[in-house]
Amino acid sequence: MTEPFDFSKAPELIRVEDLHKDFGSLKVLAGITETIHKGEVVSLIGPSGSGKSTFLRCLNRLEEPTSGHIWFDGVDIADKSVDIDKHREKMGMVFQHFNIFPHMSVIDNITLAPTLLGKQTKDEARAKAEALLSRVGLLDKRDIKPTRLSGGQKQRLAIVRALAMEPEVMLFDEPTSALDPEMVGEVLDVIKTLAKNNMTCVIVTHEMGFAREVCNRVLFMDGGVICEQGAPEQLFDHPQHPRTQDFLSKVL
Amino acid sequence: MLANIERLLLKYGMNFLNGLGTTLLLALISVAIGCVIGALVAIMRLSRSKLLNSIATLYTEVIRDTPLLLQLYFFYFMLPDLLPALRLSKFTCIAVALVFNSGAYMSEVFRSGIQSVDRGQTEAARSLGLSASQTLTRIVLPQAFKNVLPAMCNEFVAVTKETSLASTFYVGDLMTQYQTISGKTYLVIEPLIIIGVIYFVVTFTMSKLIAMLERRLKSGD
Repeated sequence: MTEPFDFSKAPELIRVEDLHKDFGSLKVLAGITETIHKGEVVSLIGPSGSGKSTFLRCLNRLEEPTSGHIWFDGVDIADKSVDIDKHREKMGMVFQHFNIFPHMSVIDNITLAPTLLGKQTKDEARAKAEALLSRVGLLDKRDIKPTRLSGGQKQRLAIVRALAMEPEVMLFDEPTSALDPEMVGEVLDVIKTLAKNNMTCVIVTHEMGFAREVCNRVLFMDGGVICEQGAPEQLFDHPQHPRTQDFLSKVL
Repeated sequence: MLANIERLLLKYGMNFLNGLGTTLLLALISVAIGCVIGALVAIMRLSRSKLLNSIATLYTEVIRDTPLLLQLYFFYFMLPDLLPALRLSKFTCIAVALVFNSGAYMSEVFRSGIQSVDRGQTEAARSLGLSASQTLTRIVLPQAFKNVLPAMCNEFVAVTKETSLASTFYVGDLMTQYQTISGKTYLVIEPLIIIGVIYFVVTFTMSKLIAMLERRLKSGD
């Protein structure tokens, strides 16, 4: 077996410094400092309400951080004067409920953003979308309305829709939580392939087996902070923090 | 009575048709322009600007909480005073009043339509890098429009009936025809039955068409 690659020596992609997020008087994120390196596959686990989804959504500012810094491509994108749209183009996001655009055909879902934002011409975008669709086994669905797709198919479509923008990082917010059990595998397989091809991924998940198998690093969150983190074997087999131990004893 | 109705139809058939034309024209103008105003006002009400929001709220509340007949009187007397140079016709003043009225109701229709579009749609569009306005025009409004199309058509049916109030000012709509014909012939019930049937046939047909449209939209999903 080859020595696992040490990602801490890879270039930084996202550096988060002392990130706070309050909803009214509720402190959801209570100071997070963390660095995501290029090519890393990181999963965020923890009990519900621990702030993991909020943390992920702060990374592309779907949630406005209350304070703190998020360095991405050398720019502090937590700064409100930054044109966040430009940076979001480079951060793909996949949601729990797919959020496919139901009024457009499958292929238009994929080509909309690249053509509208001037990244690709119509023909380029179409060719690229077809290549992406065939990669996830949906090429024959290209011209139908996505409302006729199954949950697993919708989520695969959502993933390639994000990939069409050629992002530098993919953010997954519980990508399999809304799926019927028999469809979880097909979606996880797509993410696994991405991970193997060195796409940087940050994944909020409840699939512990998946996190252990695919991720280079697992972050355990509780109470709005990262309690413990480490390689999957270390965190799952030898958790140090009592709250990690308690959480894992309930879910494993 | 049947003989009277037949006589009226033969003699005043064209008047009834003209009246129907005017009624439908008034309804079409108010809903068509009301739609544009409604969409703008709905966007204002959902905007983050406090000022735009208050203006839009004031407008919809004032219109919705006062009687239409009062609004018609108001525009009928106020507009010519305000803009004497334009020499506005009665018809124009009444049409403007109806447009303002229907704009307020349409804005509520649009607002609920926009709010009925799942937040996740906006989040997905923004996460791809689309701006707020691109998201509104490409993702939210097309879906909102589809959701509100039946309600819009219902508003058209409602406005068609409400234009009868415009007859207070003799603008030539169906109800105005009733008043003139009744005045000439001293018949009351017969012309009332005739225009009643016309109103019924027109709005009933529209309602059925809307129901069909609604089914089509549903099956298109």
